[in-house]
Amino acid sequence: MSNPSEHMGGIVNAGDLPDKPAPISTEGPVAWMRDNLFSSPLNTLLSILALFLIVWTVPPALNWLIFSANWAGGADACRANTGAACWPFITARWEQFLYGFYPAPERWRVDIILIVLLVGIVLLAFERTPLRKWIALLMLVPFPIVSFILLYGGMFGLPVVETSRWGGFMLTLVIALSGIVASLPLGIVLALGRRSTMPVMRMVCTIFIEFWRGIPLVAVLFMASVMFPLFLPPDVSFDQLLRAVIGVAFFASAYMAEVVRGGLQAIPKGQYEGAMALGLPYWKMMRLIVLPQALKIVIPGIVNTFIGLFKDTTLVLIIGLLDLLGIVQSAINDPNWSIKSVPYTGYVFVALVFWVCCYAMARYSRYIEAKLHTGHKR
Amino acid sequence: MSESINTQKEVPELGFWRDPAKRAWVWQGLVIAALALLIYIVVDNTVTNMAARGLASGFGFLNTSSGFGIITHPFVDYAETSDYFTVFLVGLVNTLMVAIIGCILALALGFVVGIARLSSNWLVRKVATFYVELFRNLPLLLQILFWYGAVLKPLPGPRELHTAGDSVFFSVNNRGVIFAEPITGDGFEMVWYAFFAAIVLTLIVRYFARIRQMRTGAQFPVFLTGLGLIIGLPLIAFFAAGSPLSFAPAEMSRFALSGGVTIIPELVALLFALVIYTAAFIAEIVRAGIQAVSHGQTEAASALGIKPNHRMRLVVVPQAMRVIVPPLTSQFLNLTKNSSLATAIAYPDLFAVFAGTTLNQTGQAVEIMAMTLGVYLTLSLLTSGFMNWYNSRIKLVER
Repeated sequence: MSNPSEHMGGIVNAGDLPDKPAPISTEGPVAWMRDNLFSSPLNTLLSILALFLIVWTVPPALNWLIFSANWAGGADACRANTGAACWPFITARWEQFLYGFYPAPERWRVDIILIVLLVGIVLLAFERTPLRKWIALLMLVPFPIVSFILLYGGMFGLPVVETSRWGGFMLTLVIALSGIVASLPLGIVLALGRRSTMPVMRMVCTIFIEFWRGIPLVAVLFMASVMFPLFLPPDVSFDQLLRAVIGVAFFASAYMAEVVRGGLQAIPKGQYEGAMALGLPYWKMMRLIVLPQALKIVIPGIVNTFIGLFKDTTLVLIIGLLDLLGIVQSAINDPNWSIKSVPYTGYVFVALVFWVCCYAMARYSRYIEAKLHTGHKR
Repeated sequence: MSESINTQKEVPELGFWRDPAKRAWVWQGLVIAALALLIYIVVDNTVTNMAARGLASGFGFLNTSSGFGIITHPFVDYAETSDYFTVFLVGLVNTLMVAIIGCILALALGFVVGIARLSSNWLVRKVATFYVELFRNLPLLLQILFWYGAVLKPLPGPRELHTAGDSVFFSVNNRGVIFAEPITGDGFEMVWYAFFAAIVLTLIVRYFARIRQMRTGAQFPVFLTGLGLIIGLPLIAFFAAGSPLSFAPAEMSRFALSGGVTIIPELVALLFALVIYTAAFIAEIVRAGIQAVSHGQTEAASALGIKPNHRMRLVVVPQAMRVIVPPLTSQFLNLTKNSSLATAIAYPDLFAVFAGTTLNQTGQAVEIMAMTLGVYLTLSLLTSGFMNWYNSRIKLVER
């Protein structure tokens, strides 16, 4: 169909004229740069400074990490090119970094646990997973017990692997996960105790929480390794790793208690009163009404506590346990690899592993937070 | 009427277990008993174990001489012949030094980065975000080891940088940061007096400026005046006294630098890591605090015709501070507690020299840990006490 104005012979244009492009000053990269980078003299100066900083750091870093790095060969290749990362150091040692000194024929046990853990976490991360509650319960209670039996052995014909041979990333996970699994129930009990109406309970819980929150984790680990044996009868002795885990769990439970307390305080009083009016006794009120709501809103806080705990597991190297950082630190001092670039490579590798884990958890926590935040935003 | 109520009261007496108040007393009694038992067992075991190891309990060991050297001991006279109590003091001073310097620097860096994250400048915003996301998600111990083992230790030594007989005014090498020692001559105390006088004057100016603003509404540039006074007066005093300040450079002998002021690499690495790590958290707190101030406040301020920088200073920041201060407190506490990681790189803080070396030498685990934990708990209480006081001053006054 042709333009109607032609047929009418008039001067009125009945059709739409094509849109004109927006003025060059409001669209396109130039306008974007003017708005976002050079809107004022101060901004221009800041942009130039930031650009300078980026040019000064990013290309050399990428070059060191990737482009001129040593990817293949052994120590000799790295020795020839010390100006860049030495990845063969990692590839030659990665099994030790992952399993520590866990005997090679038994490593399938660690593998199974890692796979189950990964699958469990992925399933739990998605809302739509069927039976999500049951999976969570399974991961919180039977999984740690089965994992411990599998890792330590001594049952069902599995040979015993002493905890002194555990190490590397596996040990990091063992400490962090058992710390969090133990601290969650303890933290809930402490938080309830701190808000209890019974003065003795309140005082005991408050003192416990404030004590553990007031001292550094190094001191906790140190006490676990030096003081704990003093507190026990002379003929009882505990495994070094177990002592560290107990210390970490107490430490984390104090922080967890404060997170949970925040959630308990955020539940409106009407919920408590409604439950009481229905005649629910204390524990039923908590289990059925208050805690499900309170724990849901503090999921971001729990994840953040876990991130902190995960990073803090590195401190166990101070009491001589070789977690990922500890084992890389000791591998750096290997005389066969005494090359200038090896310490940097080792630290960058550890940093990469921790960063990926922590960043993923932080993103997840922020996603939950955004989902829970239903208020108005601008 | 009253009789009918009385008849209503013929409810059967509650059974012992049905009365929450009585039950509460039973539970609390049980908790106290369990705690007492636990404490008794622990104390008993400890006494037995200490006796078995032949350790005398008590604080008598504090008077014996330590016999080890400490690389840095500012403000405290220390030698190998000093007693363990002096070791404790050296550790305490070193810990406090790291904590105070670290908190100030972390606050400054954190504020800058936090504001940069809200900048209208895209590039600045991205750089700040990158900084926060990178350093917040890396273990602090890794950062300390990195700065110490991978950055500061591989620096060239003094012998590679300077030739014998050199006078060195400033040098960064694997022995730390070394600079010339300022030596004050006669009359330098005048500068200090001028400095304190300037502070007092600034406070007076601030007081009168406030009164004048209340009365007339006219503002007075208190900040600029104060800055001028605090910098200007000491400068005038300095020149009036005839510039009584000279610098004594470090001298390079055949093997090492002597003299000058040395900041050991352990301290530099520890401060770098602590400040960079904590500042990333503080930046997030500052950002969240500023964003928590509702848009209506900014818009209302604009509608009143308040200039942008006054809007920030008089409307946004005072309200943001309410959100910022409580989490900031816990960051300061974290920094103080994290300074105990110094023990990993052998910086002589309280934990390394007292709970580390001294405990190894004397074996007085209980006494030493009690003193060390006491210090950290006291520092925690003092910091949170101060911040709570500050918080109650700035918090919203409601009905």
